[in-house]
Formats: sequence, structure tokens, C-alpha cells
Amino acid sequence: MPDADEGRRVPEQFAGGRMSRRRHPTPVLPPPSPHSSAPIDPTVDISVEDAAAPQGRMLEVDDVTLTFGGVTALDHVSFHINTGEILGLIGPNGAGKTTCFNVMTGVYQPTSGNVRFLGEPLKGRKRFEITRLGIARTFQNIRLFSNMTALENVMVGADAHHTTGIVGALLRSPKHRHEEAEGYERAQHLLAFMGLQRRSNELARNLPYGDQRRLEIARALATNPKLVCLDEPAAGFNPAEKAKLMDLIHEIRDQGYTVLLIEHDMKLVMGATDRIVVLEFGRKIAEGTPAEIQDNPAVIAAYLGVDEDAS
Amino acid sequence: MRTLGSFVTRFRDRFSTLPKGTRLAVLVVLVMLVYLLPIINPPGLTTVDSDFASVLFSMAMYAIIAVGLNIVIGYAGLLDLGYVGFFAVGAFTVAVLGSAHGHIPWLLCVPAAIAVTMISGVLLGAPTLRVRGDYLAIVTLGFGEIIRLVLVNTSWLGGAAGISNLPTPPSVSLFSIPHLVWNGAVPLVDPTASSTFLKFSVTDATPYYWLALSVLLVILFLDWLMQNSRVGRSWEATREDEDAAELMGVPTFRFKLLAFAMGAAIGGLSGTLFAARQGFVNPDNFTIIYSSLFVAMVVVGGQGNRWGVVAAAALLIWLPERFRFLSDARYLLFGIALILLAVFRPQGLLPPRRRIRAIAADETEEVLEEGVTHA
Repeated sequence: MPDADEGRRVPEQFAGGRMSRRRHPTPVLPPPSPHSSAPIDPTVDISVEDAAAPQGRMLEVDDVTLTFGGVTALDHVSFHINTGEILGLIGPNGAGKTTCFNVMTGVYQPTSGNVRFLGEPLKGRKRFEITRLGIARTFQNIRLFSNMTALENVMVGADAHHTTGIVGALLRSPKHRHEEAEGYERAQHLLAFMGLQRRSNELARNLPYGDQRRLEIARALATNPKLVCLDEPAAGFNPAEKAKLMDLIHEIRDQGYTVLLIEHDMKLVMGATDRIVVLEFGRKIAEGTPAEIQDNPAVIAAYLGVDEDAS
Repeated sequence: MRTLGSFVTRFRDRFSTLPKGTRLAVLVVLVMLVYLLPIINPPGLTTVDSDFASVLFSMAMYAIIAVGLNIVIGYAGLLDLGYVGFFAVGAFTVAVLGSAHGHIPWLLCVPAAIAVTMISGVLLGAPTLRVRGDYLAIVTLGFGEIIRLVLVNTSWLGGAAGISNLPTPPSVSLFSIPHLVWNGAVPLVDPTASSTFLKFSVTDATPYYWLALSVLLVILFLDWLMQNSRVGRSWEATREDEDAAELMGVPTFRFKLLAFAMGAAIGGLSGTLFAARQGFVNPDNFTIIYSSLFVAMVVVGGQGNRWGVVAAAALLIWLPERFRFLSDARYLLFGIALILLAVFRPQGLLPPRRRIRAIAADETEEVLEEGVTHA
């Protein structure tokens, strides 16, 4: 499988596109630290049977309603994400896509309903705990640690499963040294994976726009997630950059991560995702494979609008 | 101003290319020179109108405070305008335990003072760190004043008169070192002044300076250890974007509280030195103006750079003493200098750099790339 983009220098172990999906990938990411709460190995091969089983549901959004005062941002939304898939979350502006992300990552607590991750309800959990459970995200409007270097940004992500405290840091305990080395290595690998190895020492705010978007993904991956939520990762990209990014997202999935993707570009979403959930005005109006969604009249209506009498 | 920054940068670059042994030797000589400043009394540096050793002691003591406040403001990005409160708690712990309500020696008062200030930092932080930015600044400003007013109004703590007869650090008189006086460029031994190693007395501030400088160096080292770890990264991530940090798995509240506790402990430690040197404490030593002076040190030095804030602390103490002959005009000039700095170099004299890790990353990058081309 030729590397999709010659311009980026991707280490050998990251090469391989969609075709290699079920092949045992070379372990590229360092094994999770022994201190992490759950056994997480993104390189593990996920069998098809497993994905079909009920345990194959990584995340379930169950009848979630979220209201702000009188405004209903999410209205009885239910959907699920299967382990190992790329799920697209689409909808017109203001449909509640990002709000949905925010409910899943603990920024908002749902007014009613529940979100379960690997069977565990997320209600009442703190945001950093949810990250440690295995949900990582990027932001629609880039929110990097701008006065830290690219490397440090990613290392903060890698620290999510580290437990060195002030005493360990002051005494330079073996755990501190092990975690520093592991975080550093993981960060370097992820920067290389995202094609940012040349940028690792630059302050995040000095990076070009596209690199900042990629750095956000690297930082999210560094937290060793099971589910990666990407909020319009290709916003502002030209078509060629978008295509590259989609290849990258497929590679991420091929490494064993599950991906939830918000994206506006319909063509892109159709080509890149396994299943799609469509929101409009806080309600789920459709769910299915890209082909099904493409022909769904409700979706067409939502995106193109319909005449009063036709509806 | 800009030339100062680039001069320091160039100097650092040049310095880092020297062999390790040479670098170590240069550093040792430099540190020795700094230790010997009150003995050497270098002309131009020395303060004519006030005791040079006392000024040096103040510089070192305020430098410790600046390093402590730098953790809170520079690393964690929490604007604390009541830092003098912790300084006061440290000094008064020594006063209470060592003089007013006990006779515990100074050396034992120090860990107690650190513990008490840490606890007060946590007690202040736990409710207030839930507010952010300007609101936190206002709440901490109140804290500084509350401490002072409690001191004034509590007779158990000495009231407005304060507490005197504080314990001094233990003295071991080993040998005496004569001071130098300068006749133009010629150094002469001063027959009237000498310092005894290591005798803490009211008349000679030199041993106190040595003590404060040693504490400062230890604190700087501990500060480096903290910053270059998960703890330091979490602080900085919290400063940059608290919500994003939380969503990347940083328990931001816990780390903010830790920053408060660490900053408080260092402020308290500095307070114990102040108490030891001064011999008495009263609430007037801890007015709100000091809080602003501490913040000025951190801002002038360049938030987040430990050497910058140390330099700024030393400078802000030294300048008014050196130019004492200008009388009250020096404060005017001082204010003008601060305004000029804010206009022309808002990031401070020495903003932080990220050099060491940068070099390490460059090397790794080469290895990674070679791995690709040969694969």
C-alpha cells in the first residue's frame, strides 16, 4: 500500500491505509502505563463478531435531553457508537452536534437521559475522569496550550494516565522517570504520526493553522483513548488537505481506535464514515450507512430545505 | 530592553557550547562570588547609604518570595494579590512558637511555619480557586488584608504592637572573615568590619544573607524539579486553557490547589527568614503594598522564568537602596521605569525559554528520520 501523501514523512510503521485494516498492525504506540485504570491497547485486533455483539457498543447516548433555560439543545437524542467504527455526526449549523460532544465528554450534564461508555454511565463524572476512561476530543475552535511547545501539548495529553505527584517529581522517583520517558516517547511518535515531528519544539501558537488542527488530534490521541471525538477537524482545509486528513483518520481507526467525527462537508463524510447520525434542531432525524443517509428525504430536506406545501 | 534579552540569549548560547567541566567551574566561581558580595563590597554595586549586607539579604529574601509567587502566577496563571498574607503567616508562626507562646528554636519553627502556610494556602484555595481570573485576584486581595487585620486585632498574636524577641538561627562561630574596602580600584582590608562564620547577630547581616542565598538556591532547584515534570506541565496547561486541560485529563482544581500550597509554603519560608533577621514582627510589616511589590517582581522579571523573577526581585530591592541619595524622587523614577517596561517589554525582562527540551527533541527527531530513510 503506497503512502497516501508523499509530502509528509510518516515513519514506516504508520504506513498502510484502509486495506490493512484487519491485519495485525505493528504496535506503534507505546503500551499503556501500568498505572492506567483500564487495560487499553489501541493496537489490539478487533474481530467483527465482537463488534456485532452488544458489548461491541462503545458508547451509548440514551434518550438524552439537554435544555438551557427554555432552549432545548438536545431533544431525546439516542444513538450508539460501535467499537472500531467511524461514526459521522452531521447536521446543519446549530443542530446540536458540538453540544452532543459536550454532553459525552462531561462538559454538560444532560437534563435527562444518560450516556454510557463501555456500559458505565457517565453521569456525575468529572471531565478529566471521563478522559481517563477513554474518551478524547478535539475542539471546533482550536484550543491548544498556545504558549507551550507542540511536544509539551502532546505530553500533557500523555499525562492523563500518569500519576506522578509533587513528591515523585521532587524526588525524581523511578515512577516519575518512567512516566516522563514514556510520555516523551509517546508524544514523539504521535507527532511523527501526524507529520509534525519537525514542529515539536515550536510554540503551538506559532504553528500554521493546519498543523494546529493536527496537533489537537495528536494531543487527543496521547490520552490513550478508546474513542476519539473529532469536532470538524478539517474545517478550513482545502480539498487536498481534507483528503489527506481523512486518510489519517482511517489510519487512526486502523490502529484500533473508534472515531466519532463531526464534519460539514457532506461528500467527505459520505466517503469517510461507516455510519452516520444526522441531527437537526437537537433531534436525531436519521441514522444509517452513508448510502442510506444520502437517499433519506428528511436529511435532504434538512440540508436543502423544502417548500412549505411539499412538506 | 530588547538588546538585554538578546544579549542574555546569545550569552546562554555561547555558554552552552562550552565543555561541561568549564561550565561547572564557571558556575561555581560565579556562585562563590555572589556569596562573597558582602565581603568584597564591589564599588558601584555596593549601597553607600545603607548596610550592603542587609540590602543583599533583602534581595535574596524577596527573590525567594518571587520564585514562590512565580509558581502561582507564572506557572499556574493564578493572579494572587494577597501573597503577603502567606509571608505574614510564616513570620508570625515563628513569632508565636518561638517567642510569644513557646520557646521553640528557629530551626524547628521553620518546618512548622511551612506546614502552617501550606495549610493556610489550601484553606484559602479550596473555596476561592473555583472563581477565575479577576475574581480570584479580588478574593486573594481580600485575604491579604484579612490576615493583617486579624493580626492587628488579636492580642494572642501580639496585636498592633507585634511580637519581639524572636529566636535566631543557631550560631556556630568558626572563623572570622575581614571585609574589603576599595580605595579607587585598590582593594584594602577593612580593619573595622568583619563577619564571623557563622554567627547570627543583629549587628551583622552577612550570615543572614548567606542563609537566605542558600535557601534561594535550594528553592530554585526544587522549582526546576517541579516545573520539569507532570506537575509543571499540568500547571502550564491549566494556565493556557483550563477547560481544554481538564478535557485532556488534567485534574485542574487539584493542581491549582497544589500551586497555591507550594507558593504559600515558599512565601512562608521566606517569612521565617524575615522574622529571624528582623527580630520582631508587627502587622505593619505586611501591608498590601508588599503584595503589589511581589507581583511587580514576577511581572517585571517575566512570568514563568525563575531566573527572570529572581533578577527582577534583586533589582527592585537594590535600585531604591542604591539610589537612596535621590531621596523620594527615586520612587518617581522607579515608577517611570516600570511604565517604560510595561510599554516596551510587556513580557518582562527575561521571558521563559524552552531550550533544553528543544535540544533533546531535535536529537530524537534526527534519529526518527534516519530510521525512516533506512527502513
